[in-house]
Amino acid sequence: MSVKLTIMQQMEQVAQEHGKILAPLKDDLVLANSGLDSLGFAVLVARLEDTLGVDPFTAAEDAFFPVTLGDFVKVYENGAR
Amino acid sequence: MARAEAPSLRDYVASAPARFFWQPDASVRFTDLAHGTSFGGGLKDLAGRSVLLATASQLTAALALIELDGCARRITILPPDAEPGHLGALIETAEIDAVVVERDAEPHAALELPVRVACTPSIVPANAVSAARLRTEWVLLTSGTTGVPKMVMHSLAGLTAAIRSQSPADGAAVWGTFYDIRRYGGLQIFLRAVLGGASLVLASAGEPVADHLARLVHRGVTHLSGTPSHWRRALMSPAIRTIAPRYVRLSGEIADQAILDSLRAVFPQANIGHAYASTEAGVAFDVNDGLAGFPAAFVGGTRDGVDMKIVDGSLNIRSPRTASRYVGGRRTAALADDAGFVDTGDMVELRGDRYYFVGRKGGIINIGGLKVHPEEVEAVINRHPQVRMSLVRPRQSPITGAIVVAEIVLKSEGESAPARQRELKDDILKLCRETLPRHKVPAAISFVPTLAVAATGKLARRQG
Repeated sequence: MSVKLTIMQQMEQVAQEHGKILAPLKDDLVLANSGLDSLGFAVLVARLEDTLGVDPFTAAEDAFFPVTLGDFVKVYENGAR
Repeated sequence: MARAEAPSLRDYVASAPARFFWQPDASVRFTDLAHGTSFGGGLKDLAGRSVLLATASQLTAALALIELDGCARRITILPPDAEPGHLGALIETAEIDAVVVERDAEPHAALELPVRVACTPSIVPANAVSAARLRTEWVLLTSGTTGVPKMVMHSLAGLTAAIRSQSPADGAAVWGTFYDIRRYGGLQIFLRAVLGGASLVLASAGEPVADHLARLVHRGVTHLSGTPSHWRRALMSPAIRTIAPRYVRLSGEIADQAILDSLRAVFPQANIGHAYASTEAGVAFDVNDGLAGFPAAFVGGTRDGVDMKIVDGSLNIRSPRTASRYVGGRRTAALADDAGFVDTGDMVELRGDRYYFVGRKGGIINIGGLKVHPEEVEAVINRHPQVRMSLVRPRQSPITGAIVVAEIVLKSEGESAPARQRELKDDILKLCRETLPRHKVPAAISFVPTLAVAATGKLARRQG
């Protein structure tokens, strides 16, 4: 399964568990408007670390967080390489 | 017989009826101590001294305690897992000038003390020691995870204040404990056995649970105590069903409803009670109604000599069973506040007419500003019928600082198929989501074959 597909699947899973409604998952979706709150993203990042074997945010030297879903996926695609 | 002085432990040991300490390698009729000694001729050398009890086995420690009380000025009880590197500091702090070990003990540089006496499991006849009877100070070590343990001062009167004399119907009791008697929880059981006219089954270092249970059966155990973690581990052994204790006691950790119900199912005839005690606060209360937590009526006012109050969610206790002070008081904080209350650091929550323990003050996990006690999440997970025990811990998160994750030991091992495991995970998470606010629901669950239990009998909680 591609990194992107994994991420989207996990987002849907977390949203469902947290009783949140996800916005349509497009590359230019602004994460702040995605329907997941910070706890949802914290859980998502932990789940992705378990499935993809990488947490690119903790591994990064400077603090940053992508703005759009496309950027978010890219961070993982780069990290998973 | 009226006595001017406070009783010492040996006063509870009469030569008849015969009572025993049973360990795998030796059985000792300790009632022989009424007219005998386990020190050869060495007890007189320990009179009036500050003695470090540093035997390898529980058996010799038990014998030595009976003889030293009333004879030594102070007994410092060294737990079996004490760090050798801390010995120097402990000896200096408690002004220790004598050590009790086994005859074949390895020499240890830190234990080069003016007096060294060997204790053996063979009791030889001796005249009663007629030295002046002292009110011996009992010093117990706390089980802190870092640094030199604190040394907590008790008296025999305080240590035994919660022990009511046994009625004759309780005669011929056989106590067993999963604790080591050199920790507060185990020492309570040792004292209950000696004061209550019972015998006591002791474990040897590293004895497998199944072997220990087999010996408990063999000796006909009637009263058995341990931490909830001890009991969960014992419940994983099929041998648990071969014992039939009349009294089952839990202490040292939060007894959740799941463990109380599991024990009720295995021991339908037994009295099952959980006690609250700590090394510093002493025994505060017993709960015997089969329910987790304790009645709200226990708080406020004096009950059985014990005052309890809740300060910022933390249980505070004042009682005659509370330790008197820390040894080396200048270097450590006061044990109690000015009014004599000990802050236990155990957090409680009032639900209905009952208080429930939710966790330790220092064990809170902070999830983006929201707080979680690992124990409250474990209590929910443990309610799942397939779960034997669980450990909830923080996992670092770049977004909220931390999230909670859970490690779970299942009751049966036949749950290893991946599809079944996914199903169970979903089921457990569903239970958590139905019961807990969102931030307390574990972000991830992993099934593990075992969870580490520390030498104290408590679930080992590692940091991070």
